[in-house]
Parts: sequence; structure tokens; C-alpha cells
Amino acid sequence: MTVATALIAEDEPLLAMALQAELARAWPGLQVLRTVGDGASAVRAALELAPQVLFFDIRMPGLSGLDAALELAELWPPAHAPHQPFPALVFVTAYDQYAVQAFEAQAMDYLLKPVQAARLQKTVSKLQQALIKPAHTAPETIANPVPDATLDATLHQLRGLLEHSARVTGSGMGATPALPRLQVLQASVGQQIHMVSVSEVLVFEAADKYLRVLTADREYLLRTPLKDLLNQLDPDEFWQIHRGTVVRASAIAFVHRDEAGKLSLTLRERHDKLPVSRLYAHRFKAM
Amino acid sequence: MRPLPPTALALRGLKVLVLNTVIALGITLFDNHSFGLNLVYSNCIGICIWCYIECANYFLVDNWQKHVSRLIFIVPVSVVLGYVSGHLLTDLILGTTSFQYWKQTPRMAWGMLFVSLVAGGTICWVFVSREQLAAERQNLEIARRQASEAQLKLLESQLEPHMLFNTLANLRALISLDPARAQTMLDHMIAYLRATLSASRAPAGGTRHTLADEFARLHDYLELMAIRMGPRLQFTLDLPDALRDQPVPPLLLQPLVENSIQHGLEPKVEGGRIRIAASADHGRLTLQVQDTGLGADPTRLQGQATPSPGHGFGLQQVRERLATTFGSEGAMLLVAAPEGGISASVTFPLKI
Repeated sequence: MTVATALIAEDEPLLAMALQAELARAWPGLQVLRTVGDGASAVRAALELAPQVLFFDIRMPGLSGLDAALELAELWPPAHAPHQPFPALVFVTAYDQYAVQAFEAQAMDYLLKPVQAARLQKTVSKLQQALIKPAHTAPETIANPVPDATLDATLHQLRGLLEHSARVTGSGMGATPALPRLQVLQASVGQQIHMVSVSEVLVFEAADKYLRVLTADREYLLRTPLKDLLNQLDPDEFWQIHRGTVVRASAIAFVHRDEAGKLSLTLRERHDKLPVSRLYAHRFKAM
Repeated sequence: MRPLPPTALALRGLKVLVLNTVIALGITLFDNHSFGLNLVYSNCIGICIWCYIECANYFLVDNWQKHVSRLIFIVPVSVVLGYVSGHLLTDLILGTTSFQYWKQTPRMAWGMLFVSLVAGGTICWVFVSREQLAAERQNLEIARRQASEAQLKLLESQLEPHMLFNTLANLRALISLDPARAQTMLDHMIAYLRATLSASRAPAGGTRHTLADEFARLHDYLELMAIRMGPRLQFTLDLPDALRDQPVPPLLLQPLVENSIQHGLEPKVEGGRIRIAASADHGRLTLQVQDTGLGADPTRLQGQATPSPGHGFGLQQVRERLATTFGSEGAMLLVAAPEGGISASVTFPLKI
């Protein structure tokens, strides 16, 4: 039996206790390092304790389980344990039909509340196997000179999960891939409405309630949320590089990697430095 | 009036033609002209009258329910005009000179005008009353459907799966940890479910229970939520003894309390307090639900145009129930509470 460490994030105290009790029965070698009650604390505790397994409730105050996982992936590895592999992630949910569908599609492990002993046993054996022999099959990327199979796999799954939930919750509209491509943006500047050709746009950047649209020499503000615009842009032409940033692929001059392994972009015609999220780092591999 | 669809118009035209033929037959019985001649006259006159009335309706009547009295002028004027133009039309078709017989047999001519007036008036009256009846029936049908939809949504929102499964998961956890508390929780849940189910089956604004009952049901719900949220939820219920027997619509406050928890306290990391209070002043009862939660933008809550499930629907529900039970005497007010969070209050007359 492997000795392993875990973190539980669950906002309902009784359910956290129950999960811990069930885990103690199903996996005596597992040590639950801490139990936290909200998403932000979960990220903080995971960075501090670097556990091997995370049990994240989906619906939590502050930051949802999914968002917490994304943020944690962004900040991994923790400063004090740079060679620690990314923890195995298990989502826990009471009832979330979309999430369950998404997890099934992504084969990421999830648990339905109330947690049943037999189902938990399955999860435990899966986790134990993953912890015994971590895979070494991840492709080497600029982002990860040292292959981190778990983080890559997790990012891959989170990516799929995000796409899937966007499709499912996209109120039926975003479901069709053949949405008409946007040609012209209408941005109001004072009393005028400027017609901005999409072919001139270099960057879309979400800023509070607005969307900044950058061309080579100008900047416009739109009131449209980025996610509404996203499926009207050609995905080969515009790449998403961060939760709130989309850039024109052909405008990228070079990609820079800092000591911590973080990527950032510099554009040909503008001197902004744009950070690349780990979630999208897979796009930038040397050919 | 909105234009009629062509098929409805054609159907009306057909009815007019049939009636014209019947009138021509009737006239032929006590008249020495041929049926053919009467048929041409009656059709020309009838169709002209009908056209005038249709046109007048189109231009002068916007709304059947409101402007139906305008027909009192429209029908006689259309009939007289139609009578004259029908004669002219017949003269054009048959090459006769109808206006001679106004001189020869004026009694006959007046008689025909009278027949046209009576026929036009009767036909119009029949059409209008039938259409009004159909419209009323449709309105009733719509109202009935809306009422049953509202009941279903009430049930759905209260038996929201996320709430239900989380509660059951907590109950399951308690069974092994603290059986006595599990039993208490189950009792609260049974009372809550019973109240929800019977409220969703009662006719809107129909039944009443006492304010003490209302507070007891809210207490059940809050106890359930307090077990789930632990120390993150604190609540107080403040009901003066004098108001205990006051009758109120069942579960009127439930959606407000749910909103406070779902959108105010549950998403807030440190949780907070909820206070429910009743007070009476100047013959009016005020029930207040106040929380220290996130305090969603009250303007957005007030002005919700399309209530999405789980949000806004509860408020709409409370507003509708106040309107059906108390008419303009009931009111709901949502304000941002000074210490953060939202304060929702409903007021209505004490004596009902």
C-alpha cells in the first residue's frame, strides 16, 4: 500500500467529514493534509502543501472547483517543491448534469455526492495506480523542459472540459461550428461608431466589462464579452493564449520563456508583452 | 385592426355570398322580380356593404375588445353606402336604371334598405360576438396554462436537484456521525417537502395558513441549510406573538429566503446572517428577509426582464402571488442593506 497525501476542498463541513471518513476506510494509507471550504483557499493550500491528490468540490464559494484547478495549474510547481508532479485531480459534485457529461467525455475522475463506498474504491485504485507509475509519454514542450506528465494530462483534460461545458451551456447557439465569421467590428468612439475590419485586429483582450481591441496603431473598446466573440473568429487565424486574451497568430514575433517556465508573446507590430496561460502553452512547440 | 389572414378573409367572403343568396331567395318569395335579378342585386349590395365594413374595421378599429362600440356608427354608414354603391354596381352589370324605382315604388326601395340594415347589423353582431367569445376562450386557456406552469416552476425551484442531492448527502453523512441529529434533519426535511408539495398544488392565492406556520416552514428550510453550511450560516426568526395567527399565503417568503441563501450567502466565502421578521403598522403587515450576503445588484433584480431559472423567477413568483392575492394593496421592496447584502420586504393589509 502506497502512502500518499491529499487535500479536500468542500464547502459543506459534514460532506467534507464524510468524504474523509470514507477515504480513511477505502485508503488507509492516504493522509488528508487539510480540508478547506472555498476555491481560493484550495489553491493556496495546494501550493503550500503540495499534496498528491486533490478532491475538489465543483460548487464552492468564491472560486469554483474547475476555476481553482485552472489557477492551480497556472501556478504549479510550488516554489518550495519545484520537482513535485501536479496532483491527481478528482472532482466531487452533488448534481451537475453538464459536469457529469463533460467528465464522462473527458474520462477525468469525478465523484457524485453522496459518495458511495464502492464507487470511491474504484477511484482509489485508479489513483493508486497513477501514483505508483507516473506515465513518461508526455511530449516535450517549451513550457515543460522537464516532462510533467500529470500536469500535461490535467491541462489536456481541463481544456476538453472547458470546451465541452462551453458547448453544452452555450444555449444551443455555440453548438454549431459553422457560425458566420465576423468581418467588421463596430466600436463606438465618442459620438461616432468606427468600423474596424477584423483583418486589422492583432489582439482581443478582456478588461473588466469591456473588450480591448488592438490594431497596429489604435485601441478600441467594445462592450461584447470575449466569449461571445470567440466563436465568430477563425480559430486558425486567432489563437486564444489566456482566459482573457486572443491574438492573431500571424502577428506573433516570438515566444519567450522565463526561468520559471512561463511563456509570453511579443507581437511584430506592437511592443506589448502578452502572458501565455499554461492551458494554451501546448500551441507553442518548436517545429 | 391587424389585417386578417387571406384564408380567414376568403371564408368570411364565402359566408357573405351564402347569406346574400338566402336573402335573394327570401325576397323572391314575396316580390314579382325574377330570382336572378334579386340575386345580382343582393350580391352586389351585400358585397359592397361587407367591403365597407371590412375597410372601416381595418382603418378605424385597432383593438376589437376596446373599440367594438364604433361598430354602431360603422355598420349603418357602411350599409347605406353599400346599398347605394350596390345599386350602381348592379346598374353597371345589368344596364338597368335602379334609381327610377325609387320614384315608382318608394316603399319597396325603403323596404330593401331596411332589409339591408337589419341583415348587415345582424351579421356583424354575430361575427363580433363569436370572435369575442373565441378570444375570451383563448385568454382563459392562456391564463390556465400560465397558472399551471407557474405551479410547476415553483415545485421545480423548491425541489432543485442540487439542493435535494446535497441535502441527502448531508443526511447520509449524519446517519453514521450523529444519528439523533440525522433524525432531526430528516424531520425538518419531511416538513419542508410536505409544505412545498401542498403549496405547489394549492390554487394560486387560494389557501392561507397562519404566520406561525409560515415561520415554522422557513425554520425547517433554514435548519436544513444550517446543517449543510455549518457555521457559515446564522439565522434569526422574529415573529411577535400578536401576529402568530395572522393568515398569509403559504410559502410566500420561501423564494426570498432561497434567493438570500443561493445568491447572497452560499457564494460568499465567509458566509453570513439572515434575519426574517414580521411587524404590523397602520393596519399593514410587513414581512422582511434581510441578509448580509454578497448583495447582488438590486437594480438588476428589480428590472429583470427575462427571469432565468433559479434567478429572478423567485421574485417574479412573489410579485405575482402578491398581485393575485392582494391586488394593488400588496407591495414588494428590494433594497441594498446598509451592512451589505439585500433586504427584501413585502407588505399587505392585515385584514383580508
